[in-house]
Amino acid sequence: MTDTGTPGADAGPRVTFTGLDHHALAARTRRWGWLQYAGYRQVAETPFLATWLAVAFGNPVLYLAAMGLGLGAIVQGDVDGVSYLTFVAPGLLAATVATTGAQFGTWPIFGGFKWQKNYLAGYSTPLEPGQMALGETTAIGVRLVLQAVIFWLMAALFGAWPSASALLAIPAVTLAGLAMFTPLMAYSATVENEGLQFNFIQRLVVMPMFLFAGTFFPLSVMPAYLQWVGWISPMWHGTQLARMASYGMANPPWLTAVHVLYPLALILAGQWWAGRTFAKRLVG
Amino acid sequence: MSEAGGSVTAVSVIEARELTKTYGDFTAVDAISFDVAPGESFGLLGPNGAGKSTTMRMIGGTSLRTAGTLSVLGLDPERHGPEVRASLGVVPQADALDEELRARDNLYVYGRYFGLPRAYLKAKVPELLEFAQLTDKSDAKVTALSGGMKRRLTIARGLINEPRILLLDEPTTGLDPQARHILWDRLFRLKEQGVTLVLTTHFMDEAEQLCDRLVVVDHGRIVAEGSPRGLIQEHTTREVVEVRFGSARNAEMQAELAALVADGQRSRAGLEVLPDRILLYTDDGEAMLEEINRRALNPLTQLVRRTSLEDVFLRLTGRSLID
Amino acid sequence: MDAPSTGPTDVMAATKERLRRRPGWIANLYAGNARAVIARGFRVIRSANWGVVATGFFEPVFYLLAMGVGMGALVGSVPGPDGQPVSYAMYIAPALLATSAMNGAVYDSVNNVFFKMRYSKLYEGMLQTSLGPMDVAIGEIFMALFRGFLYAVGFLGVLTVMGLVTSWWALAMIPVAVLIALGFASVGMAVTSYMKSFQQLDLVPMVLLPMFLFSATLYPITVYPEPVQWFVMAMPLWHGVELMRQLSVGYVTAASAGHALYFVVISVIGITAVTLRLRKLFLR
Repeated sequence: MTDTGTPGADAGPRVTFTGLDHHALAARTRRWGWLQYAGYRQVAETPFLATWLAVAFGNPVLYLAAMGLGLGAIVQGDVDGVSYLTFVAPGLLAATVATTGAQFGTWPIFGGFKWQKNYLAGYSTPLEPGQMALGETTAIGVRLVLQAVIFWLMAALFGAWPSASALLAIPAVTLAGLAMFTPLMAYSATVENEGLQFNFIQRLVVMPMFLFAGTFFPLSVMPAYLQWVGWISPMWHGTQLARMASYGMANPPWLTAVHVLYPLALILAGQWWAGRTFAKRLVG
Repeated sequence: MSEAGGSVTAVSVIEARELTKTYGDFTAVDAISFDVAPGESFGLLGPNGAGKSTTMRMIGGTSLRTAGTLSVLGLDPERHGPEVRASLGVVPQADALDEELRARDNLYVYGRYFGLPRAYLKAKVPELLEFAQLTDKSDAKVTALSGGMKRRLTIARGLINEPRILLLDEPTTGLDPQARHILWDRLFRLKEQGVTLVLTTHFMDEAEQLCDRLVVVDHGRIVAEGSPRGLIQEHTTREVVEVRFGSARNAEMQAELAALVADGQRSRAGLEVLPDRILLYTDDGEAMLEEINRRALNPLTQLVRRTSLEDVFLRLTGRSLID
Repeated sequence: MDAPSTGPTDVMAATKERLRRRPGWIANLYAGNARAVIARGFRVIRSANWGVVATGFFEPVFYLLAMGVGMGALVGSVPGPDGQPVSYAMYIAPALLATSAMNGAVYDSVNNVFFKMRYSKLYEGMLQTSLGPMDVAIGEIFMALFRGFLYAVGFLGVLTVMGLVTSWWALAMIPVAVLIALGFASVGMAVTSYMKSFQQLDLVPMVLLPMFLFSATLYPITVYPEPVQWFVMAMPLWHGVELMRQLSVGYVTAASAGHALYFVVISVIGITAVTLRLRKLFLR
């Protein structure tokens, strides 16, 4: 035991009070709380880092090998004027990042309220609910960018990018990922029961978006009555942007604007809503 | 030869001899021997990690012993696990209720695990729910029950097979005082009906309330055995004086106080120094307190009380039960 | 009210009599009462959320619609098990049934069993009665198969409606789905008994996903170099996929029996391992 020179040091350990400036602490948190929370969130994810890295590196290899090469081998001729690998890589990139965004927006947020109680813990510090919601989005945004970069590099090893402009696919798909994340985060903060809804979301929303949103084939080959699944899916918008960046897919300017603005609108609306649901859940 | 059933009036329903359990280098239970008579209420008192729960698990045959012999209702639970457990009711510390089922179904399904017939359970389940004061919670989900209700449901569940022995592992740990008293009342009724109770606890008040006889366990060994009253008389004085001097002075007062208890007292008297207070064992607490004040030792707080099993443990091991 | 009466008759007499008739070597493992564990499973299902169960059925259907229709437009026809060309939807449908049986069985025997083993202490409670570890193992594996059975029946119905099966042999796909589920459930449960943390559960998709992507589900394994083909053919799902595909068109050969035998063998190994592991875990 270290002797700090206090009288009666042999009486055991003591807590020191150095006179912290609580007023300054509160002021700093009022301004930077969202960033503090984002930092905490990254640290909290550390135990899962190994799994996350394995998935981030493994998934692109698996999907590109199976879909790009394997499935590509039985596809008749070119798709949209390029090889199947070139066609499918931007779709897989967008789908992977968007699905991850959806996953981060469901169980972890719900569990944070119901089981780990980390929002409750955060709320007993000067942090505000909205700051925690913004901190989540910041932390997850960083995650999604990293995942997109890793995927992009793996795909480059497969020779899936015909031009350097394909790098622009990274911000495009991050947008799609966050557009899945913030609305789901807002909703997850309202779930009080066992969270069975997330099974529905995974299987009836995310999975169909992944399958029907033009990832594996142009949306135009689907019957018209199924194409709307693609239109509402941030995944499809991200995929289209990524395809334009990668192999210069032809697209009218107004539609390109929609591909950017639609996910952006979802992100902002979701964030605004999350600020409200977080506050409602924590303040009661 | 038929060994089950107990038609031979065995003296003991549980007989442990040199019972030992080691996990690698760690000895959880160290050659303990004890007997439990039919209808007796028998307690294992000791701090967390003393080996009580392991002993309970060995009785139910869900933990395999390293050495020694054990007989429960004339059978070796290790070789005849299902047979032994057919006559046991087990109330584990973590309730281990089936959270996917309603309260009523918890009892019913558990009864089916014992192979009990449906008709029997149809009548038995409501009876046990009423005994556990849970009739109005019969259709409730387990997750919606309070801690005390869950524990009572667990006890009701342990009674579904009309057991001859009820094993209770820390029955009231984590409950509020009111819930504890309700539970003790229920256990006392069972005792009156002749059910053999075997319970572990680290609460001395619980042991005093419920046990006819108990063993004090520490580091896997039995350090004392007897009735609650007998143990107190044997190992401590009638009263104890608790004094506090603040964290700085506590230690330096030791020598001065030691002289006090040595003055003409019997050997059971003495003192124990804990980090926050000093305990002085004496048959006359008021006189001791007067003496302390006469010498102007100026304790910050002072208290005279009757000794309890907590003090027995403290005198035997030099440590507090709850730490 | 008074405490429950302890009458002169022993209510456990019938159980004790049954226990007495067991062979001695099994006395500590098996009480011949697995049906009580199964009855519990059905009681849970009865109050379970049927919507969640139903979504599990939709997953392969979505895959079939998206890949069959969308990819079918790009791929055209593929050689079937008997060498005759079949439509792409017809090619992947039996594979999706096999995969669905695998996923369902693994989910029940890994995620659910892990939770019951480590967190809800359900098995601990069961083993404090006159049940043995083997009763619990048999009962839980049976429940995993029941879910697989339901999905198989539903999916086969969809295939029939879509005209994707052409032989009465297709009826055999239901018991085969159960056999596939048995193999995966028993091995999955044995593996689960070694798991200690939730993070380890993340490893499961890392095994299942590649198995799904590479086991001739979406394209023939002839696109791989020969050493890779041998590796794929060692994996259980490939045998399930091949067997299902043969049954769907009624092309039954000696190889079909070989595929079935593969699952019989891993089931026997799995069940033995589970029983030994449960004994080790719960009779410490």
